[in-house]
Amino acid sequence: MVPGDLIAMDSIRKAFGAVHALAGVDFHVDRGEVVGLIGHNGAGKSTLMNVLFGTTQRDSGRFHIAGREIAGAFTPHQAHEAGIRCVFQELSLCENLDVVENTRILHRSLQGIGWRRRARRLIADQLDAIFPGHGIALKARIADLPIGARQMVEIARAFTVTDAPLRCVILDEPTSSLGHEATRQFLAFVRQAAGQGVAAIVISHRLDEILNVCDRVVVMVDGRVVAQQRSEGLTRPDLVAMMGSIEVPRAVAKARDGSHDQTRDRVIDAPGRDAHDLPIHLAPGEIIGFAGLDGHGQRERMRALFHAGLKASRDRHRPAVAYVAGDRQTEGVFRIWSIADNLTIGTLPSLCRGPLISAAASRSLVEGWMARMKVKTDSADRPILSLSGGNQQKVLFARALASDARTVFLDDPMRGVDVGTKVEVYRLIRAEAAQGRSFVWYATELDELTNCDRIYVFREGRAVEHLEGTDIRQDRILAASFGGMVNA
Amino acid sequence: MIVPDTVPRGTGQPLKGSLKILSRLRGARGALGFAVAALLWIATFAYAGGQGAGATLSTALAFAAFGVIVGTGQMLVIASGSGNFDLSIPSVMTLAAYISMGLMHGQDYRLAGGFAVALAVGAVAGALNFLAIAALRLPPMIATLAWSFVFQSLAMNLGGEATIKPPALLSEFTVFRLGGVQVMPLFVMAMTAVMAVVVKRTVFGRHLLAIGQSERGARLAGIHVTRVRLYSYMLCGIAAAVAGFLLSGFTGGAALNMGDTYMMESVAVVVLGGASVAGGEANPIGIWGAALFFNLLAILLNTFGLDAGVRLLLTGIMVVLIVAVAPRTAGD
Repeated sequence: MVPGDLIAMDSIRKAFGAVHALAGVDFHVDRGEVVGLIGHNGAGKSTLMNVLFGTTQRDSGRFHIAGREIAGAFTPHQAHEAGIRCVFQELSLCENLDVVENTRILHRSLQGIGWRRRARRLIADQLDAIFPGHGIALKARIADLPIGARQMVEIARAFTVTDAPLRCVILDEPTSSLGHEATRQFLAFVRQAAGQGVAAIVISHRLDEILNVCDRVVVMVDGRVVAQQRSEGLTRPDLVAMMGSIEVPRAVAKARDGSHDQTRDRVIDAPGRDAHDLPIHLAPGEIIGFAGLDGHGQRERMRALFHAGLKASRDRHRPAVAYVAGDRQTEGVFRIWSIADNLTIGTLPSLCRGPLISAAASRSLVEGWMARMKVKTDSADRPILSLSGGNQQKVLFARALASDARTVFLDDPMRGVDVGTKVEVYRLIRAEAAQGRSFVWYATELDELTNCDRIYVFREGRAVEHLEGTDIRQDRILAASFGGMVNA
Repeated sequence: MIVPDTVPRGTGQPLKGSLKILSRLRGARGALGFAVAALLWIATFAYAGGQGAGATLSTALAFAAFGVIVGTGQMLVIASGSGNFDLSIPSVMTLAAYISMGLMHGQDYRLAGGFAVALAVGAVAGALNFLAIAALRLPPMIATLAWSFVFQSLAMNLGGEATIKPPALLSEFTVFRLGGVQVMPLFVMAMTAVMAVVVKRTVFGRHLLAIGQSERGARLAGIHVTRVRLYSYMLCGIAAAVAGFLLSGFTGGAALNMGDTYMMESVAVVVLGGASVAGGEANPIGIWGAALFFNLLAILLNTFGLDAGVRLLLTGIMVVLIVAVAPRTAGD
């Protein structure tokens, strides 16, 4: 550890099951330094901040704050005492309380007679200092404030000081709901506070803000810090390049025969919402990917396309679309049922002989798919929950692929699935596509997208970039996800 | 080729073992209803000194049949998902009975027409219930309770306080015996058998159980959730109407309070019959066990000469005990 560092985290590790969220991270913050922390979803930024704020316990690694070693467990209360504050992306305010009462929650010393007046003064002064002319009524319940005002309150509250010192503020996507003027005021205030010795850690997907306000940028990929650099002289494309700096081995681009007629026979031909939103089209036998940061409208677009496909299906009992949900427990499996019942639910009309479902037809369908998917169990009559997550996911794949659907939607289906299963399923998807089935695939892991023929990158609810063939590269996807410049 | 699983064998095995036991016990709660009913039956005629076993059973069967009809309707609604209940069953029974009895004027040749009208009343009532739930987004209990006031006051305006007499043929049918065996309960048993096949082996039945387990999952599996649930409420309304129609014949006419006991009973027989109120389960045969249990218990307590308050109290305690003792299924 460098003496004088405010925060020194060395070789921090944290694993959730088999997933190494933090694989030995060194992270330092100097007094009064503003550090930008960037990386793709799942890079480990939030986990690292949770360890720093005491909401997650590290598995191993050394950890000093202001020269004092933190041994053993660390709680948010201790973090507060040590001068660390956090502005959460999903705000941490109590919606049923007003602004003043929420201020009191952070400061135990505001008690006794007149606490309300003192708390009011504290938060009012801080709001005025950061957001002059904010116009927020301090008596308003948080639930009655618009989202932008709530974020201002959350920020201002983090900078209020009573008895505990203020040394470092963690700002997780602080400007996501702020307007243009408020963002400008806020960034100026962060610099001003840094001048008075208050450090800040800024997590943001808005790279311009990072470059604007930060002294130093730290880049995380796959639970490691892969680069850090003074932000002076850096540009947006530099940052994007740093995030893509670990090369994931990319499958050799498949030689597609290009025989698809680009306009005829399309199974999907959906216009964009506006001029900035690309139209989405899909030909038979194609695999298209939806990329971008998680929560930028990919899933909503998939659902809309799926429901449009259901409505357009000529035979309501044999829909032309099928959906494989990644959220297995709430949207995928039917918990009470057996594996066989779960597998056949999408195909029942074609298993009917007269008014009744044929047991023999069901059995032969189930046995065929169980063998093809290599589902590991001794009997398809066992409960679906007796299977491991990966095998449950195989059953959900089989449900979709066994149907008559021409288009199959894959909603991040590989979440929490082991590598072996992934490889098997990738192979199966390509085999199905070769037989003319089309796939729309939302993937949060970049390397999965290499299985796609074409990719739409989403940002802020819109499909903003279309990549094809050899253009499907990490740097291009990242650039479009973060709104960086694209120079191929 | 088998790719190694990531789930360690050690943690997977006990889970699989306990799930296996659970699946074997599924439906055991339904069987419990039959077992307790059998015990009650034996107790009743043991108390009576070995006399009247046949009479006790046939009385219980006749009364249980009505409970089974409404219970089967309620089962479809409860199976369609957590929070779905039809509390309008008593009022639909009354309304369907009043309208059909009124139209038939006690004339036998109008029996078929009257029955058709009763079915239509039940179907419309069920559709109205679901409309209020789906279009106004009311909780099912509130929606069906609100409609039950409407149905009840319609019945009151149509028939007033008077009892409307059924056609003689209907009354004869409800008590008709063939070689000493009552026919009406046999018809209801046939309905139960059909319903057992419907929930297990038809597309509607599977879709119903699927939406009851996970509405979002069912939607993404391409199931038309709204339509399936509409059908379940309509079938429940039809079941209530059939019960009201037959009960008018059995008890000598349509009366305003004829359905009163069936609100509680319809829900209780479903739960005692082995289904979960969380939805996604249906056990039509178990409903018979539960309905027989209720009616045999009533007969037994009557032979003890206990008054109504004590009877209800003991019935309630028995229900709670059985539900608590019975094994839970995965849906609980």
